[in-house]
Amino acid sequence: MEIPYTTQVRPDTGLYNAKLGIWLFLASEVMLFGGLFSAYVLLRVGSPEGFWPHGWLSVTLGTVNTLILALSAITTLLAWVACKVNDFRQFKLFHGLTLVLALSFLCVKSYEYHDKWIHYEIHLKDGRIADGHLEEQDEKTVTISGRIIPGDQEQLLYDLRAQKTIPRDEIKLERSNILKMENYGPRHNTFTAIYFTMTGLHALHILGGCVVIGFLWGPGSRMWKTDHARFTNRIEISGLFWHFVDLVWIFLFPVLYLT
Amino acid sequence: MSLKGFHLVFVTLLTALAFLCATWAFTAGHAIFGVAGVASGVLVIVYGVYFLKKLKNVDFL
Repeated sequence: MEIPYTTQVRPDTGLYNAKLGIWLFLASEVMLFGGLFSAYVLLRVGSPEGFWPHGWLSVTLGTVNTLILALSAITTLLAWVACKVNDFRQFKLFHGLTLVLALSFLCVKSYEYHDKWIHYEIHLKDGRIADGHLEEQDEKTVTISGRIIPGDQEQLLYDLRAQKTIPRDEIKLERSNILKMENYGPRHNTFTAIYFTMTGLHALHILGGCVVIGFLWGPGSRMWKTDHARFTNRIEISGLFWHFVDLVWIFLFPVLYLT
Repeated sequence: MSLKGFHLVFVTLLTALAFLCATWAFTAGHAIFGVAGVASGVLVIVYGVYFLKKLKNVDFL
């Protein structure tokens, strides 16, 4: 049985079915991310003054990822245009570029996650706090590259920009002097929890987009010859999804990196 | 809304982001990042205008 309205516009909706489907899906996505953004705002305004992290994320890496996604939005549009003008080589080029850019975004994001994973806050028994990146550890010692923060200046932990007044050094700590040691993973505090939740969910969407774009670029592109109009619509649908994912990042970047 | 329309929405928001970044950078004292933000914003506007003009002559999108 043939699937109806894959290329023709359905009279009652004014859209072909896949386009109606993707917009319904994107509406549900708006609610999903909207809920998380609301949670972020409530957590942020509810935190005591001076205890919401500042400067914990690299603005440079965030900017690089923003540029990558902006470029990928253009390439995905050009891939669709290539379908419309029936230029297979251009389609392959631009859709392939979109895939490469998407994977580049994930590489940068992985680096950022790794950076947080090896960043430790270590409470010492004498009340001081060591904060920095793990260099090496064994049964008796832990070495980090970072700073020692006096116990009465704990607020410095929340503003990495203010920490720069304390010189950074390689610090070797005896395990017997360590009271508590925790990395900047999701369970570290409210900020890291919401940061990993929001960016993780976004990264999953990028990964899903990679699968779809990769399929349409590779084995799925056989439909170019058998049903060109339907294939072009598939590219438009994947492009709409990709633009939505890019739009979410446009909101995530200032909210998480610039505040 | 077609991909063409959604792309215009994206370009508009990207422009807003670029100028927002520039404002943040100047406030935070990162002048070079601020100038880059303004330049990016202008670049995106130029692209947006070029894209719109191009669309007027392309009826198949």
